[in-house]
Amino acid sequence: MTPFNYLLAKDLEEASTLSQQHANSEFISGGTNLIDLMKENISKPDALIDINKISGINEIEELHDDGLRLGALVKNADTAYHPLVQKNYPLLSQAILAGASPQLRNMASNGGNLLQRTRCYYFYDTATPCNKREPGTGCSAIGGYNRIHAILGASENCIAVFPSDMCVALAALDARINIFGSDGTRTVAFADFHRLPGDTPDLDNNLKPGELITSIDLPAEGFEFHSSYLKLRDRTSYAFALVSVATALKIEDGIIKDARLALGGLAHRPWRDVKAEEFLKEKEPTAKNFSTAADIILRGAKGHEHNAFKIELARRAIIRNGLTAVN
Amino acid sequence: MNNVSAVTKTPNGTETKVFTKHCISITINDRSEKLQVQPWVSLLDALREHLNLTGTKKGCDHGQCGACTILVDGKRINSCLTFAIMYDGADITTIEGLAAEQLHPLQQAFIEHDAFQCGYCTPGQICSAVGMLSEGHAHTREEVKELMSGNLCRCGAYTNIVDAIMEVKESRYDSI
Repeated sequence: MTPFNYLLAKDLEEASTLSQQHANSEFISGGTNLIDLMKENISKPDALIDINKISGINEIEELHDDGLRLGALVKNADTAYHPLVQKNYPLLSQAILAGASPQLRNMASNGGNLLQRTRCYYFYDTATPCNKREPGTGCSAIGGYNRIHAILGASENCIAVFPSDMCVALAALDARINIFGSDGTRTVAFADFHRLPGDTPDLDNNLKPGELITSIDLPAEGFEFHSSYLKLRDRTSYAFALVSVATALKIEDGIIKDARLALGGLAHRPWRDVKAEEFLKEKEPTAKNFSTAADIILRGAKGHEHNAFKIELARRAIIRNGLTAVN
Repeated sequence: MNNVSAVTKTPNGTETKVFTKHCISITINDRSEKLQVQPWVSLLDALREHLNLTGTKKGCDHGQCGACTILVDGKRINSCLTFAIMYDGADITTIEGLAAEQLHPLQQAFIEHDAFQCGYCTPGQICSAVGMLSEGHAHTREEVKELMSGNLCRCGAYTNIVDAIMEVKESRYDSI
């Protein structure tokens, strides 16, 4: 690990200022991914800015529009087990509890969950080329061992996947992300936060330098009656998803009135396809209709040598989880 | 938190960077401790190397095995994946702090159920189980297995570990 200085920020303004004063700095909250990256010499900050003592961003509170605000510093476990999350957003609770381990969920913050980096083995192996770690060096996963890699939205520069479970549910729920920076505050729709790799796979998201996530807002509609998160992986617990599906439905008189389908483990960000969701509207929630929706989502899917199985696995997961969400 | 400056030079002496050592106060197993740490010292290394509390084990050092599990303000965490400097004022319990005059019921149950072979993962398993029981989300055997999944046992004592936890959960834990 590269030596660094430790700076404790007392409020958002100070955190932002310190970040500008130290160009090669990182904010730290839970640190469960960042410290691992530092141990592997992938992240080498000169300074860590500890944001854990900043007040006002460590609460879960109801919003005036009946939505819910999740503070950036609230731990993943406290979010998943919060009574209002469990009651109104069971999809989110289920997705968080499908990720990591209980110890890590006690440490990891909500803001940090959005900012975790891929677990692509080549990204972690500094002896191999990786465009995400060192732009311009090449992608070792393309033509390498790529069982865990992307089948949607990838580029010739990077086929890494985004590892979060929580974010798959947040994508399905149309969450909004509140951000603080030197230019003031701004709010970003969840769909506009994470990036596809394109020509700049080193950029995971659209946060600007010095900006901090302060909270995540959930809209009032939580799809609490018909939602489900399905995670398929190599062991039954404590493993990253090969394929995951967040399904949220609004059903009236046996007809789908609103549908959300978000996929994890398949792309550089949680994957949604509005065309598939539109197709399901005003239809019956049958295996056949979920199968057609899956075909729409996966129409551009491209497998590599070791991960082509994910295409069929995703199709079956979408159908199975659709039927689970109905009941 | 009081800071002590230290100067570090690169091997060729051309560039000088100033790093800061920090003094922190923590309560460990009901005892107040003050220590001076560099920012990059993990909480695990602070326990083992600075305070000689070697009951907490270093397994993978990446948050994957759970051998380093301790309780901070009553919550179980991986001490390898966090820096000591972030715990100024915290209340920490390690495996050394669980027993009073008698063994903690979970320690006793691990012995009675033969819930370990080599024993390396055991301190982490027991601290994790203490944390899990106080969280109160594990009701069935299946839930115990799921919520203990952050602790690996390469000897494969899982069945007996779950037996030990279930016995404490059902018969004794409420009374301690």
